[in-house]
Amino acid sequence: MSESPGAVVSLASAPPAEDTPEPRTARPAGTERPGDDTAPRPLAAQRVLPQRRPGRWIATAIVLVLVAQIAHGLVTNPFYQWDRFQYWFLRPTILDGLLITLEVTAYSAVLGLLGGILVALGRLSRSPVLRAVSWTYTWLFRSVPLIVVLLFLYNFSALYKTLSLGVPFGPAFFTFDESRLATDIVVAVVGLSLNEAAYASEVVRSGILAVDQGQHEAASALGLPRSYQFTKIVFPQALRSITPNYVNLLINLIKSTSLVFYVSLLDLFGSAQSMGSTYPGDIVPLLLVATVWYLILTSAVSVVQFYVERYFSRGATRTLPPTPLQKVRTGLRDLRARARREAAI
Amino acid sequence: MTTETAESTELSAITDTIDTTDTTEIRPAAVEVHGVHKWYGAHRVLDGVELTVRPGEVTVILGPSGSGKSTLLRVINHLEKPEVGYVSVNGELIGVRRHGERSEAGVRPAAGRGRLKELSERAILGQRSRIGFVFQNFNLFPHLTALDNVAAAPVATGKLTKPEARELARELLGRVGLADKAGAYPRQLSGGQQQRVAIARALALRPGVILFDEPTSALDPELVGEVLAVIKDLATSGTTLIIVTHEIGFAREVADRVVFLDEGRIVEQGPPSAVLDHPEHERTRDFLSKVL
Repeated sequence: MSESPGAVVSLASAPPAEDTPEPRTARPAGTERPGDDTAPRPLAAQRVLPQRRPGRWIATAIVLVLVAQIAHGLVTNPFYQWDRFQYWFLRPTILDGLLITLEVTAYSAVLGLLGGILVALGRLSRSPVLRAVSWTYTWLFRSVPLIVVLLFLYNFSALYKTLSLGVPFGPAFFTFDESRLATDIVVAVVGLSLNEAAYASEVVRSGILAVDQGQHEAASALGLPRSYQFTKIVFPQALRSITPNYVNLLINLIKSTSLVFYVSLLDLFGSAQSMGSTYPGDIVPLLLVATVWYLILTSAVSVVQFYVERYFSRGATRTLPPTPLQKVRTGLRDLRARARREAAI
Repeated sequence: MTTETAESTELSAITDTIDTTDTTEIRPAAVEVHGVHKWYGAHRVLDGVELTVRPGEVTVILGPSGSGKSTLLRVINHLEKPEVGYVSVNGELIGVRRHGERSEAGVRPAAGRGRLKELSERAILGQRSRIGFVFQNFNLFPHLTALDNVAAAPVATGKLTKPEARELARELLGRVGLADKAGAYPRQLSGGQQQRVAIARALALRPGVILFDEPTSALDPELVGEVLAVIKDLATSGTTLIIVTHEIGFAREVADRVVFLDEGRIVEQGPPSAVLDHPEHERTRDFLSKVL
């Protein structure tokens, strides 16, 4: 309790300490004497003025100028040929390529995730053999570059003429003619899925490990069947931390599909590339077309991610995070409330 | 799983003693722990524990931390496997069967004779569903509402249909005083409320015995009372309860028997008036002088 005048006045609204005599200026906040206009407002009733931050304003200005320059460059630089961009953006060749990209991504994402869950379960299994095999799988496919996997699979039919299902070294039950089975799209999907599963397994495993040990214990103390424990108790909780990491993988996968160009599949990038070699002058706008489509796909995935995460956060947070629309609404409400408050003071 | 069917028909033949408004029947179970030894690596946690709990009896286990109280409780529902010895509930061996014995329930082998074989995981899960367990940290399922937490197990274990389980869950939540919190997620509840939901969840399986592992240790002092009140209600209704706690006053009030455990051994046991007020052993006196 300092004796400086400011401190004495600021004590006015606080309960007076036993040993300090109540200061003369003290009076409860908000009870101003009528007719006393010249007297300063009591400190307790005054609004705190926010600190001025000139540095922040300068930095903001610099960044805005830079952004404007980049935008200006993008629009005015003839090198980008925006008219050609417009010409190519919705061309059927490009859209066909986009469709291939979507198709390959969708299959590989689903198969990769399923495979990843299986491999993760293998890693967490009590059987040392399953653990070793799963670990080796992940090790192998994380080590070999995706392009090598794809090219290897592409030449697979030269190595193995037929694929058969049966007893090793014994009779075969089913036999497939590999050259008929392995179309370009199958090769692409298999290659991407194998790669995706290796990474997804680690994402899934980290999600499962993140679930509190007490949840496993509670589930088994209740005598819940093993499959129920996994599908209804552990996995739904794991999905909360799996989602952001898996979306990362998914976005990477969308872009990795551009590699299927090398197994003669014309995806989005492949069509842009092949059109580029036919019309060499249009390479830059064609690459821009591909870029913008990839941006659109990634944005769509990000929006879905937000709602999926929101769904899985039920129970993990006390209140659900607001949707963008709710954010705008509460933002407006707060702004209005603040304006009203300011007018009142 | 012939054992289980025989057991459950047997269970439903007895009139419920817990709640008169309740239509489902529970028979309080007898619990026996015989010669149980348990090691964690080189450290011996349980050292030849012998304990007999009669049906409907309320047993409170006291002891310093590290004395093996929680481990003993976890051995009873086979969350921990004892290296030597066995546990039986209503005469049925938990987690193991006698070698060569397949389906007869209620056959108790003489200690030390006959080899014990581990049961299948499915069978162990079936046995656990007849033994309630309440954790120190509640361990409610955070992604399920209070109602679904309670209703999940009876449905998953095939004992009730979903509507039946939800009705039972509502009734049990009412009994622990949380009828209005059915739709709340665990994180939206206070610690005391969460623990009461956890007790309702354990009750939903109609267990013959309920094990409490320090049910109030993670709670604020002012919330302890509401949980103890629910346990007291269970104690007076005739369910077999085995409670590990540090609440000596509560032990004195509800326990039929107090067991004092130290370094994995039962030092002494008896009615609270004997163990708590006139302890025979120096170790017990020493412990009580510190916690009282």
